[in-house]
Amino acid sequence: MSITRRDFIKTQAALAAATAAGTTLSGTTDAKAAIGDDIRWDKGVCRFCGTGCGVLVGTKQGRVVATQGDPDAPVNKGLNCIKGYFLSKIMYGQDRLTMPLLRKKNGVFDKDGTFEEVSWDEAFDVMAAKWKEALKKKGPTSVGMFGSGQWTVWEGYAAAKFMKAGLRTNNIDPNARHCMASAVGAFMRAFGIDEPMGCYDDLEHADAFVLWGANMAEMHPILWSRLTDTRLTKPGCEVHVLSTFEHRCFELADNDIIFTPQSDLAILNYIANYIIENKAYDQDFVEKHVNFTKTATDIGYGLRPEHPLQKAAKNPNKGKLTKITFDEYAASVADYTLEKASEMSGVPAEKLERLAKLYADPNKKIASYWTMGFNQHTRGVWVNGLLYNVHLLMGKISEPGNSPFSLTGQPSACGTAREVGTFAHRLPADLVVMKEPHRDFAEKTWNLPKGTIPPKPGFHAVLQHRMLKDGKLNAYWVQCTNNMQAAPNMNEEGYPGYRNPDNFITVSDPYPTVTAMAADLILPTAMWMEKEGAYGNAERRTQFWRQQVDAPGEAKSDIWQVVEFSKRFKIEEVWPEELLAQKPEHRGKTVYDVLFANGVVNKFPVQQITDNAGNVYNNSESKDFGFYLQKGIFEEYRLFNSAPNIPKKGHEMADFETYHNSRGLRWPVIGGKETLWRFREGYDPHVKSGESVKFYGKPDGRANIIFAPFEPAAESPDAEYDLWLSTGRVLEHWHSGSMTRRVPELYRAYPDAKLYMHPEDAKARGLKRGQEVKVQTRRGEVATRVETRGRNKVPKGLVYMPWFDAGQLVNKLTLDATDPLSKETDFKKCACRVVRA
Amino acid sequence: MGEPVSPQASAQKTAVSRRRFLANIARAAGGAGALSLVVGLFARQAQSLPAQALRPPGAGNEDQFLAACVRCGLCVRDCPFPTLGLADIGEDVPVGTPYFVARRHPCEMCDDIPCVKACPTGALDPNLTNIDEADMGLAVLVDEETCLNFQGLRCDVCHRVCPLINEAITLQSSHNTRTDKHAIFIPTVHSDKCTGCGKCERACVLDKAAIRVFPRHLAKGRIGEHYRLGWEEKQKHGGESLAPGLVDLPDRLPSQLPDALKGWKP
Repeated sequence: MSITRRDFIKTQAALAAATAAGTTLSGTTDAKAAIGDDIRWDKGVCRFCGTGCGVLVGTKQGRVVATQGDPDAPVNKGLNCIKGYFLSKIMYGQDRLTMPLLRKKNGVFDKDGTFEEVSWDEAFDVMAAKWKEALKKKGPTSVGMFGSGQWTVWEGYAAAKFMKAGLRTNNIDPNARHCMASAVGAFMRAFGIDEPMGCYDDLEHADAFVLWGANMAEMHPILWSRLTDTRLTKPGCEVHVLSTFEHRCFELADNDIIFTPQSDLAILNYIANYIIENKAYDQDFVEKHVNFTKTATDIGYGLRPEHPLQKAAKNPNKGKLTKITFDEYAASVADYTLEKASEMSGVPAEKLERLAKLYADPNKKIASYWTMGFNQHTRGVWVNGLLYNVHLLMGKISEPGNSPFSLTGQPSACGTAREVGTFAHRLPADLVVMKEPHRDFAEKTWNLPKGTIPPKPGFHAVLQHRMLKDGKLNAYWVQCTNNMQAAPNMNEEGYPGYRNPDNFITVSDPYPTVTAMAADLILPTAMWMEKEGAYGNAERRTQFWRQQVDAPGEAKSDIWQVVEFSKRFKIEEVWPEELLAQKPEHRGKTVYDVLFANGVVNKFPVQQITDNAGNVYNNSESKDFGFYLQKGIFEEYRLFNSAPNIPKKGHEMADFETYHNSRGLRWPVIGGKETLWRFREGYDPHVKSGESVKFYGKPDGRANIIFAPFEPAAESPDAEYDLWLSTGRVLEHWHSGSMTRRVPELYRAYPDAKLYMHPEDAKARGLKRGQEVKVQTRRGEVATRVETRGRNKVPKGLVYMPWFDAGQLVNKLTLDATDPLSKETDFKKCACRVVRA
Repeated sequence: MGEPVSPQASAQKTAVSRRRFLANIARAAGGAGALSLVVGLFARQAQSLPAQALRPPGAGNEDQFLAACVRCGLCVRDCPFPTLGLADIGEDVPVGTPYFVARRHPCEMCDDIPCVKACPTGALDPNLTNIDEADMGLAVLVDEETCLNFQGLRCDVCHRVCPLINEAITLQSSHNTRTDKHAIFIPTVHSDKCTGCGKCERACVLDKAAIRVFPRHLAKGRIGEHYRLGWEEKQKHGGESLAPGLVDLPDRLPSQLPDALKGWKP
């Protein structure tokens, strides 16, 4: 065999790569062998953001040794961002937890003890005793769970079922509450059904893009690369970027808009006003497909009821919609003139007018994107809705390129947190606990007595911390999220809540996070490719993967933990006699028997799991429970979204095996076809011939335009605390950094958080770049270093700090003010000051 | 001086402190005939500075710097970061002179440039008061075959860590013909702005950095004086053609442009 010089060099490179990956190669002169033919490749999904990039996972000798972007994955075509490049390293941090750890003194549990390794039996014995004690003393509202948009679909489903049906508490909420709750609220109010009508193909179909509080360049890197490509290749394409500071998307901006925090409410009303004044709206669309409403105002800030701002509110937490006429709507937005919007936002009038003209141009297809700038907003539901108003007025919706699109932050914020009902008010497939027919349907589907599911929504994320602090929530379980680091106002709410002696806190995590270290019991958890999983991305794409490797030591998946823990409860311990009397066949059973060994979830026997190449895969849960748990859960879940008698259509999914054989499918999947654009005839099977457009989530098929005015932020800079503090992410790190900071290269690329500050603001405080400072708010202080250069250019009067750094807990500073409707925290706006350390 | 690759290795301060340097000199001088050995090393090393050894800000021309530097180590002492070190015996850098290796510890580009202020001889040019004008070297994207951005991935870490982001390093975007729906973002170094701080090389996530900082004379090409870039000359000329007053005759076209020519510009 002859090898060219080029082949030789490539072989050497492959060899070096194989050596680095810990594999040995034989036949080293053969370039093909050196590429790694003895690595088993199988499809998977990236573990990080909501984009949902398809990857291929390379396994050898029980270890994930490499990954690659799947060149045939429609989302990313083989590409990844720099986090995705390091996927194969996230499971192998040196401090992976492999045994349950319980705080102990003298051999027994003690809240003030130190962590000691215990068996799963001991861990669950202690935990179950604490949960039963709480249930006995104070009832189901005293137990709770906090989950994740990074749970797999079946993990979220199992947890929600365990809490809502098993323990009869709605105190379960996902970290998506911090992330997507405002978007969800707005979807339900405007359309009556959750999740975007469009899909990623809009990135190629649109003529113009508008970013509202989304730093796609860093937070959705691969989608940004698609948007950029369209900007580069489509004549006349333009990009408008709105933010409260200049970030990486501004490089591409044709119209760059830095606005005063909170004034997006005014800008959007101005655009609607412009469209109406210039009679640019699509009259036919508006007449046929839209209702006009207004929302209750002066609704407070989701703070504790005794907070002065809450007391001052006229209609605290009210989301009531009142029907109005088009003329009344027009009169409501008429106040928002160009001059007024410009003055309130600090944006030059010509930039705002250019933006308004873009939306008003009937010949431009527009995709609007937003993430946390809109959602983490004390008027998040409102501001989401104000953007829908603009798209609905123009009829620019539900067709290729015309797409108001809520980008999700997490890999399964849609697939898990939203779709299977892990919110405190939800049940699977958009059903809610407040509606009796929905509860009835869920109870019937789950073969439970009527009245099992409590009708009152449980404690949402922020309320959970308040209730822990107040001693009303006493047994608490956190899975798959680092909420001590992520939740607002850690000093006043989160930490005192966890350490309240009345409470027993369990945290399941692969790593000893800040949250885990604040707990009483830590459960070692299998992650990503150590379990069979499914995620649902931002464009309604459900993607499955097989278990590639076994978890280290005694680590177990979240679903294993929930299902196994459910065996600890006798149904008599959690249900009252009147429920048992309705279903006497459940007497004497465990919660596990009733919920999971119910003839549906355990319907599918253990099967040999293979890919199309014939490779065989483990399934740890099948082995432990004796049936194919994931398949059973998914097929039971389909009774909520795909059975003929379901209360809410529109979420239909294909069967379990189909997903294992595809690169993900966008729901509704009906008749073997995906749905790319919803609510429009020809694209969406739920819209009948001749209906043209039908927002079928609403009984009359019409979407709501909802007028909402400007209302100020909960906390604004003043003489004492003179700067806006905004927090967020960086491309290199995923959320709280528990995975990415354990990858040495990513740590090196962005080691520690820093405070982005305008050079003149720094100078005015006598601060030099790189200097140590203290950031202070009314709630605490954090030491960091000043950065006056770099990727983010903040305006004077605002500072920005990322929250990934466990060594600089910026959520000691943030205010737990939430959108009173969505209960999502505004992490983008509070008042701080910066002083020398 | 090998390629530092692991962060563990880079966490250790590999360049020696002034105190240890002096101790080493003393130990060496204690040995019989050591002095002549040291002098010999000085002489030989002075001629070739390794490519990865970068001088502090304001060092300028290597010969002049070596002539003026008295090996006092004050710049190293005043460097607030672990960046600067003094060359030890046996290294390829003239003994006792200050230098840094970007992959280990890049220059943090302090606004007040304490190393320059500390220099008693002017070896580090006291006229350098704006760190953005420092010229410690020049970043070069040396390996397009391994640079992730060249493959279409979204790394661009070098761009985002650049203290002169969008000036010293920009991202030049182009169409990804392989995927046909993504852009490729090419990190592009601009030599008139790059200070050679080395942040990009340090942060490059590859096992071996694809972007590296070299002393400018090793990094920079030079275009022949016999050729000028027309568009640049025109720009220098205030956007006016250097051959003014020329005319172009109108093109003969049908009054109704066919669809194929819509949007076409001659």
